[in-house]
Amino acid sequence: MRNNWWKALAVVLLLYVGIAGLLMPVPRLAILNESIRNLYFHVPMWFGMTFILVASVYYSVRYLRTPTPELDILAHESAKTGILMGVVGLATGSIWARYTWGAWWTNDPKLNGAAIAMLIYGAYLVLRSSFTDEQQRARISAIYNIFAFATAMPLFYILPRLTDSLHPGAGGNPAFAKYDLDSNMRLVFYPAVIGWTLLAFWLAQVASRLSLLKLKVYEKQLA
Amino acid sequence: MQKDFRLEWRQRAALNGMLLYVGSTVFVCYLSFSLRGGQLPAPAWNALFWIVLLFSAVNAVAKGFLQESRGRMLYYYTVVRPQAVILAKISYNALLLLGLALVAFFLYALVLGNPVQNVGLFVGNVLLGAVGFASTLTLVSGIAAKATNSSTLMAVLGFPLMVPMLLLLIKVSKNALDGLEFEASQSSLLTLVALNMIVGAVSYLLFPFLWRS
Repeated sequence: MRNNWWKALAVVLLLYVGIAGLLMPVPRLAILNESIRNLYFHVPMWFGMTFILVASVYYSVRYLRTPTPELDILAHESAKTGILMGVVGLATGSIWARYTWGAWWTNDPKLNGAAIAMLIYGAYLVLRSSFTDEQQRARISAIYNIFAFATAMPLFYILPRLTDSLHPGAGGNPAFAKYDLDSNMRLVFYPAVIGWTLLAFWLAQVASRLSLLKLKVYEKQLA
Repeated sequence: MQKDFRLEWRQRAALNGMLLYVGSTVFVCYLSFSLRGGQLPAPAWNALFWIVLLFSAVNAVAKGFLQESRGRMLYYYTVVRPQAVILAKISYNALLLLGLALVAFFLYALVLGNPVQNVGLFVGNVLLGAVGFASTLTLVSGIAAKATNSSTLMAVLGFPLMVPMLLLLIKVSKNALDGLEFEASQSSLLTLVALNMIVGAVSYLLFPFLWRS
């Protein structure tokens, strides 16, 4: 229990976010209306994705310093979890866009940037599947992972801010400041960010353990 | 490093092929548009120009590593540091792409008309684009060369990575087409320089690891 307190914290926080996020009072804003509650689900996805991708890059860097299969698995599963978070983020954002902007997808720099970043990480998976030698696959995908991170992050955090956009947090639109004025929402939003991030790490950990076990079983079969 | 650069230059057999590639692409564009007749609108001119450049860049840089024989790689490995190899390759590719881009621009303007009003800004933009494409694609082609289905992988890995750069490039070159003053494109140009530096630095740091395997 001593080492797993953060999993319990994740469960508690997400239960709280699920209940309070759907039931607590929210400010009445035109157009947004009740859909503002999506803030607790859509935005934390991107926070969680960024943190888990940073972890993935960290494991990749460590892999390049000391190559062990464990680090490769950790980097791979973290990147996969990051992709999952990104896809869920795109889906929740798409639903939100349907009810506020009237379309599932708009030609917006922030949306396109996120989609392209997902393509970059999709290419990471393709790259992994095109090697037969495990060590070479691990090394080269670690290299690509670092490179992909360096080019994908400007797509999220730099380029959309330079251009006009419908999306909050771009083209001079406020990101959270407008909503954060309401301290009730802050009470749910920050726990949501922490909760979803912890969940992402938990997912990555479970997936890595599974891959590691598979690797061990495979090695035993070979022996 | 200079010697390395010369080594690159010596195997430029592909250069003429690339020139012909660019020339024929531009000519195909010309033919397919002349059927409709009339001058191309500026946004279409711009988009088409960058698409031509994108594809010729991927093709030109892909040659860099895919055509290297294993023996020569080993020879380089014993003679020079990996950092020198990547720097030489990037600068050679940047020069190659710049040359190709200028030829393409010349031909393109010749057959499709030249709506560019601020040529200095446009050429500077093309220069930044050549450096950026070269530093992204050199590492990507190094990665792709290790895999089994390298030519597909080159496109799959390269295109999304180049999109951020391409968006900025298209924006600045649209400004140059419309003859806006320098201030309008200043922030985009600065971001472009920063992006080039990030990509170049990451390539420089990562290449030694790629090289060893």
